[in-house]
Amino acid sequence: MSQDNASQAEFRSQVDAWMQDNRPADPGFLLPQTFMEVGSEQVLDFLREWQHKVWSAGYLGMAWPKEYGGQGMSRDFQRIADEEMKRLQVPICFNVIGLGWAGPLILDNGSDYEKEKYLKGILNAEDIWCQGFSEPNHGSDLGSIQTRAERDGDDYLINGSKIWTTMGNYAKYMILLARTDPQAERRYNGLSFFLAPMQVDGISTQPIQKITGEYGFTETFFTDARIPANCIMGEEGQGWRIAMQTLQYERGAEAGAAGGISILSIVMDDLLRMAAEIEREGEPLLKDPVTRDNLIKFMIEEKALQLAEKRIEIPALCRDYPNSIALSGKLRSTEFFRRMRQYALSLQGAQGSLYVGDQDTIGGGFWQRAYLNNFSTTIGGGTSQVQANIVGEHVLGLPKD
Amino acid sequence: MTTSTLNGTTNIALSFSDEQAMLLDSAKSFCSHKSDINAVRSLLKSDSGHNPDVWQEMVALGWTGIAIPEQYGGFAMGLGSMVPVIESMGRHLLGTALITSTLAAQAILRGGSEAQREKWLPKIVAGTVGSMALLDNEDWGSKLCGVSTAISSSSDNSSKIVLSGKKLLVADATVADFFIVSINHSGNPALAIVEASQLAANAISANTLIDETKRAATVDFSGVTLSPDALLPQSEQALKDIRLIGALLIAAEATGTSAATLDCIVSYLTSRIQFGRLIGSYQSLKHPTVDILLQMDSSRSLIYHAATLLDKGPEIGPVEGDTEVACRMAKAQATETLLFAGDRAVQFHGGMGFTYDCDAMLYIRRAQWAQHQYGDAQHHRLHLARLLLD
Repeated sequence: MSQDNASQAEFRSQVDAWMQDNRPADPGFLLPQTFMEVGSEQVLDFLREWQHKVWSAGYLGMAWPKEYGGQGMSRDFQRIADEEMKRLQVPICFNVIGLGWAGPLILDNGSDYEKEKYLKGILNAEDIWCQGFSEPNHGSDLGSIQTRAERDGDDYLINGSKIWTTMGNYAKYMILLARTDPQAERRYNGLSFFLAPMQVDGISTQPIQKITGEYGFTETFFTDARIPANCIMGEEGQGWRIAMQTLQYERGAEAGAAGGISILSIVMDDLLRMAAEIEREGEPLLKDPVTRDNLIKFMIEEKALQLAEKRIEIPALCRDYPNSIALSGKLRSTEFFRRMRQYALSLQGAQGSLYVGDQDTIGGGFWQRAYLNNFSTTIGGGTSQVQANIVGEHVLGLPKD
Repeated sequence: MTTSTLNGTTNIALSFSDEQAMLLDSAKSFCSHKSDINAVRSLLKSDSGHNPDVWQEMVALGWTGIAIPEQYGGFAMGLGSMVPVIESMGRHLLGTALITSTLAAQAILRGGSEAQREKWLPKIVAGTVGSMALLDNEDWGSKLCGVSTAISSSSDNSSKIVLSGKKLLVADATVADFFIVSINHSGNPALAIVEASQLAANAISANTLIDETKRAATVDFSGVTLSPDALLPQSEQALKDIRLIGALLIAAEATGTSAATLDCIVSYLTSRIQFGRLIGSYQSLKHPTVDILLQMDSSRSLIYHAATLLDKGPEIGPVEGDTEVACRMAKAQATETLLFAGDRAVQFHGGMGFTYDCDAMLYIRRAQWAQHQYGDAQHHRLHLARLLLD
């Protein structure tokens, strides 16, 4: 966290005060940790209302232009607002594909018409966005995308299916990657990128029940779905490049995203607090030598993860393998959190066998759900095993298998 | 509780100056030239474990004065600047007494009187070797004061201190010009300066170490007679500091050795063909190798974090709070990483790995040595738990 100047410090305390005054009361259900957990209308309405409120107060899209619903201020202010929201653990701003992916892309590449049409609805949560990259049977290998987009007069006809569409059943728009040229010599060159409407004939969604028993994703089917030709972003064949550009915005407000927190993080603190409250043999778990040793191992790992983010900015300390930290970040952090959450459940004793919905669960079943949901991160976006191959091959120079 | 995530204040300070970067570059280059693997192997059976000419060059480069203030002839760059040097030495298994002599200098700087500093520090900068004599038993968690003292009244009526007892695993004892000995002085822990010339004949008996690039000995201090001005006045704090700084320097060295171990593995995995394929293409070898890389990354982040915090504080202030946490985390992480890397290096070399000719042997032996210097991982985690969980 960089040092605030006077006006930033004042702003920080202003955000802090607003959040304290306006944070929603306990809704009676477990707050979603990520935007992938919006599994019911009840949760959707709650998050929609919250995001609208944050935007109305001026704490979302602060660095986006005023004419499109933003504040036209420096990115530093959004960063500060995000830091405060994270610190105070207020609910997430859930329209993440719009705020963090489609929005900045439209700001950078879009026409005035597109900016006018899409940006404000992203910020005020009226228009929910989803993402259509992954397909059944292809996992994260985007080069293998089969969904077809065929030009037909003023339209494109879309046929195929997408999977792991977050909020597919609630979304108004999708950023869609589809194949316009099956004959292209390099398979990546045959892809195009669309800002596609979801409420058209021929598009249907099937909610996927997750390992947690909840919903949050859909499979999305396209059967001769007709979308206007001007929905394409860029030219035909530029889809891959634009998709890759989109992924860059994920790094947050600094990179052009609208801001807002997209995840309620679980940190070692949460685990330590839990361990302090559980008793074994009449003593708090936090006094048990074996537990203490394990907790310290996790704390060392957490510290190393945090430090990696800083070391990446010091090239002299990254000479051996300059891309190591960047390419291994997902693998390290997602696996760390998986093991940490698994460990948390192991400490709960008999109560660890309860689940969300049982009144005797610790923290409402927070850890149970968090552990199971964590697999979305060790599997999604390239499994840990694929990530390890990438690191082995691209960082260490090991041969492909 | 000085440091905790419980109150939301995690210290993740990390900085590296241009001077440190230059030092890292020059140390890497020096160590790779002076200590290639053939040079390392040629010294395995030697008495001192190092090449005296190389030691003199290191002295000429100023490495013995890096963390010593200017008024004592040093370069006042701070202990944080020792870390890249020691890491580079670890990378090339370059022996010498630099670590233990640096610690002896820090003991005098932190615990000594002005007269002791003025007498010894310029000599250390010029290449005089001091060594730490701390261990009485296998436990780094003990008070380390098993050498006891008796006050003997001598004929000239001044009080003299007579030592009795041995110290174990005293690093580079045979080349040390003096020792900093932890003693039990009338029931209190203290550090005393003992010159090599004061030792009885045959007081030093060399150990056979699992790591043949290192040298250590049991040193019998019995009968050594000292005047009270051989004691460091601020012994207790200095002893605590030295143990933490020692842990960090061993961690830095181990991190360098982990990098070398990783290079050794990668080089084999990208050249050895079995069943018609380069063995590095097998995920059963590839993925653990990636694990070694990630753990090494953690070790490196942690040692430079500790280096950053050491240099942030006053030059000779106590090592405590976040800095103590950082030193302990660095040691716990770095030597466990090297244990894993060395172990896998042997295994991945197959039959070749079982031979003395395979360099993996050097790394697995260094790993076993390093884990026990200045407290093993479990020792440091025990203390971290007290610092962070209570």
